[in-house]
Formats: sequence, C-alpha cells, structure tokens
Amino acid sequence: MTLPVFGRIPLSAVFGTLILAGTLVLFLFGPMLAPYGQEDVLGMPFAEPSAAHPLGLDQNGRDMMSRLLHGARMSVGVSLAAVVISFCIGVPLGFLAALRGGWPDLIGARLVDIVMSIPVLISALVVLQALGSSLPVLIGTIALLDSTRVFRLARILAQGIVVMEYAEVARLRGEGLWWMLRREILPNALPPLMAEFGMRFCFAFLFVAGLSYLGLGVQPPFADWGGMVRDCQQGILYGLYAPLFPAGTIALVTIGVNLVVDWALAGRTTIQGENR
Amino acid sequence: MAWLILQRLGLGVITLVLVSMLVFAGTEILPGDVAAAILGQNATPESLAALRQELGLDSGPVARYLAWASGILHGDLGQSLANRQPVGELLWPRFGNTMALAGYAAVIAVPLAVGLGISSAALRGSFFDRAANVVALATVSLPEYFLGLLLILFVSVQWGLLPSLADTWSGMGLAAWLQATTLPMLVLVLVTVAQIMRMTRTTVLAVMDQPFIETACLKGLPMGRVVLVHAVPNALGPTINVVAFNLTYLIAGVVLVETIFNYNGLGRFMVDAVSKRDVPMVQAAAMVFAAVHVVMNMLADIAAIALNPRLRHPRVKES
Repeated sequence: MTLPVFGRIPLSAVFGTLILAGTLVLFLFGPMLAPYGQEDVLGMPFAEPSAAHPLGLDQNGRDMMSRLLHGARMSVGVSLAAVVISFCIGVPLGFLAALRGGWPDLIGARLVDIVMSIPVLISALVVLQALGSSLPVLIGTIALLDSTRVFRLARILAQGIVVMEYAEVARLRGEGLWWMLRREILPNALPPLMAEFGMRFCFAFLFVAGLSYLGLGVQPPFADWGGMVRDCQQGILYGLYAPLFPAGTIALVTIGVNLVVDWALAGRTTIQGENR
Repeated sequence: MAWLILQRLGLGVITLVLVSMLVFAGTEILPGDVAAAILGQNATPESLAALRQELGLDSGPVARYLAWASGILHGDLGQSLANRQPVGELLWPRFGNTMALAGYAAVIAVPLAVGLGISSAALRGSFFDRAANVVALATVSLPEYFLGLLLILFVSVQWGLLPSLADTWSGMGLAAWLQATTLPMLVLVLVTVAQIMRMTRTTVLAVMDQPFIETACLKGLPMGRVVLVHAVPNALGPTINVVAFNLTYLIAGVVLVETIFNYNGLGRFMVDAVSKRDVPMVQAAAMVFAAVHVVMNMLADIAAIALNPRLRHPRVKES
C-alpha cells in the first residue's frame, strides 16, 4: 500500500490527523496543561462555565477541563497499552500458526473461534467479575480478548503470503523461520496490520470508556473520560451540558481515528481496483 | 443442502458446549478461592466454610462444571448469592425485556439499513451515496452514551417529547411501553444502521462488478431492475450474515444503552451482578448472552445456505 500523494489529502483525513495530533498532545502533556488537580474541589457542584473554569465544574465541584486533561492519559493510555500488547501476542502467534500449520494452527484457530463466538463485552464482564477491576486486569483482559481478532487477521494475511512465489523462493533458498517471519511475511502484512491497529485502537478506546461508564473500568480516584460521563450523567436531566464534554471528547477521538483509517484503506482499495 | 444445515446445527451445539466451558472457567480463574474473594475482608473462617460448602468448592472443578451444566440443561440456573433467589426467576423476565427492546430496534433498523445500503450502491458515487457514507462514518464512531445523552438533552429535557428514563413494568400497555422505550430504541438504531448500511452497500457493489450484471446493463435493462432482480438476490446471503452480525452486536450493545436509560434488562442485570460479584448470576447471564449470540450466528449461516442459489443447486460433484 502506498499512501495517496500528499498533495491530494482529502479534507476529512486532514481533520482526522489534526484530531489525532491533538489527542497525542493531550496524552503526553495533558496533566501538565491542567490548571487544577483532578481531585481539587473548587466550588458548587455543576457550576456554570466561567472564565476560571471554561467547561464548568462537575458533580463534585471539580474543574471539568482539568479532569478532562488528566483523564486523557488514562483513557488513551489504557487502550493504547492494551492494543500494543494484543498485537505483540496476536501477530507473532498468527504468523507462526500460518507458517507452521498442523495441529497447533488448528487448535489455535478453533480456540479463537470459540472465544470470538462470545460477545467481547460479555467475556470482559466475566473476567472482571472474577478478578475485580484494576488497571493491570483491565489492560490484560482487553489485550487478550483483542489478540484473538489480531491473531485471526495475522494468520489469514500470512497464509496468503506464504503461498506467494517470493516466499516459496525464500524457503527453497533455505531461509529459516526468523527470516521468513521478519523479511518475507512482516513487510507484506504490515499495511493491513497498520490499518487494523487503528481500528483496534478505536475499538479498545471505546471499550475502555464503555467499561468505565458501566463503573467497571478505570476506578476512582483516577479521572477517565468514560467514568466522567457516568459521574455527571445526572446533570443532563437538568439540561446541563456537563456530561457531554467527556462524551464528546470520546466521540471526537474515535471519529479522528476512523477518518484516518478510512483514508488509508480508501487509498488501498482504489489502487487495487485500478490494477484489476 | 440438508446435510450442510445439519452440520451447522451440530457445530452450533458443540460451540455452545465449549462456550459454556469457557464461561465457567472464566468465572473461576481467580488466583485464590472464589469464596474468599466474594467475602473479601469480612471473611470469617465459619462464613468462608459455609460459602465454600454452598458453592460446592469442596468438589473439583470438573465435577462443579458438570453439576452446573446439567443444572442449565434442566432449566436450573442456580441461586443468587446476594439475595438467595433462584437466578432463573430473576433472569428470564429481564431477558424478555432485553429481547423486546432489541427486537423493537431491529424491526426499524434492518429494513431501513438494507434499503439505504441498496440505494446507495445503486447510486454509487452520487451525492446521496457520499452523504450517506459520511453520516454512517459519524454515527459508527459515536459512543452509545453520547448519542443517548444528546437525545435525552434535546428530546426529553428541552422539548419534553419522550421520557428520559425507560421505566417499564409488567402489564403496562403497548403504547406506554413504546413511549418509554423509543429513546433507547433510537440509540440502538443509530449505532447499528450505519454498519449494516455500509456493509450491505459493499456486498451489493461486489456483485454489481460481476460480468452478469454488466450483461444485464448492456441488454438495456433499467437500473432499478438490474439492482433489485439481478444483484440483490445474489447479495442476499452475505447481507444476512451482515445483519446477523450486527444484531448480535445490538444484543451486546444493549448493555450500555440499558444503563444509560436505566432500562430493566439483562444487560443492566449482568452489570449489577458483576459489581456485586454474584458468581451464579454472572455465569447465567453470560451464558444466556453467549447462547443468543451463537444461535443467531448459526441461524444466519443456515439462512445464508438456504438462500444461496449455488448451494441450493449444487453442481454434480466429481467423485
């Protein structure tokens, strides 16, 4: 896959990239930019936005904007960690399964099918019930559940690549397993895997936020966007916009990732279509 | 074909058995002991022993699994740890509520989405197609609670049209029920329509690129006829799979929506059970969700087989 030439980047992709860049800044520097601490009570619950508090105060009288900035690290960090781990598990195992074949491949594929036949949220709830919700459990659960999807994609991609002539040539040359993985399969599987990374991040991000919204994700005292929506949801009944700020931030980040992924995938499909 | 369908049925049953093992194992992966984890800091040696006895922890995991599974087969889902009531009594009414809400959403979402998908495929590249694509992309990205909160803010708080909480009780009239559940239904429709529409469009377009469609176009048939008579029947199988996939999503997505609107369904029931760490309730709810998921996928597979022209009239196999 070659990305479309830079002169012709569609507006939606520019927009998406800007959102992603903003998210990255929030993730890296959010807590430093926050004017107040995440636990500081500064005034009346649900106080209206003012010059000192541009987004107003939350249900406990804490500064909404500061909490959003603090929460960025938690919301983005947890999902990013989970997706990175899930790729570290799923991609090598998927490649190996495709390359080696035989019964480990068969067992792996069946196991993944069974895990995938349960809705992710339900599996996650079962595990969280057993282990309780803490950051390592949260990241580990999402990473493991997500790695089944990654495994499946990596396996299918590698299966397509090992039957290509160049892989055949490499095998006949007597290249070992490591070379095959590193030099033949990985470079050719990388573009779809990158797109998948974006989509999986999106999914994990919404998933973490969703779990926190249910009260089963990131636990207080840490601020995180999903939990913030849950905390000040009551405000909406009084016509306040408070819960829409964290919910909107979550939506914005997801849209940003989706726009960028869509753009990368669109470039890919037209190129394939032209060659046909 | 009958053989293929039987195969799917068998596969579904095997999957259900394996899923039940996973669910059971999932609730038992504690490093220590379920009883100690449930009681936490309030554990006394006596209460620990009593709870262990009650959970049957004195027997091995295989024996416990078999007892649990045979209980399910006999319709006995066990007893809630929190209030000692049979899980089945608590669970089935809420399951009914969840299915009613999901059904209400599906009845509206599926025809709407498939219709939109087919028309945007037929009008490929037009303004309608592109606009539908952008709107779909946006609603797919929006989390349920964002849509739900927006709807509550505008429709119920500012305009006062519909209630913000989906209060339902048994014996309420249909009109009242519809009024209470329309907002959650709308959220579910919004999050599923886009997916189904986009995927329907892709499947129809994949068929539209095939030679027989070109032939039909070159014969001079009107576009509408080409799409409806030639393309859609061939895209039906994959579309059913897409719809089933999204309906199962709807059933899991219902967990969040039920929480937003405080709807008394299985999703909220399960979340409550998880936060109370009520093992039998979580096991039962997870099993029901998983079973619905597996059965829906199985039905979709069977429907796709039954509707696929090529599978219905297979070529004579060379033996």
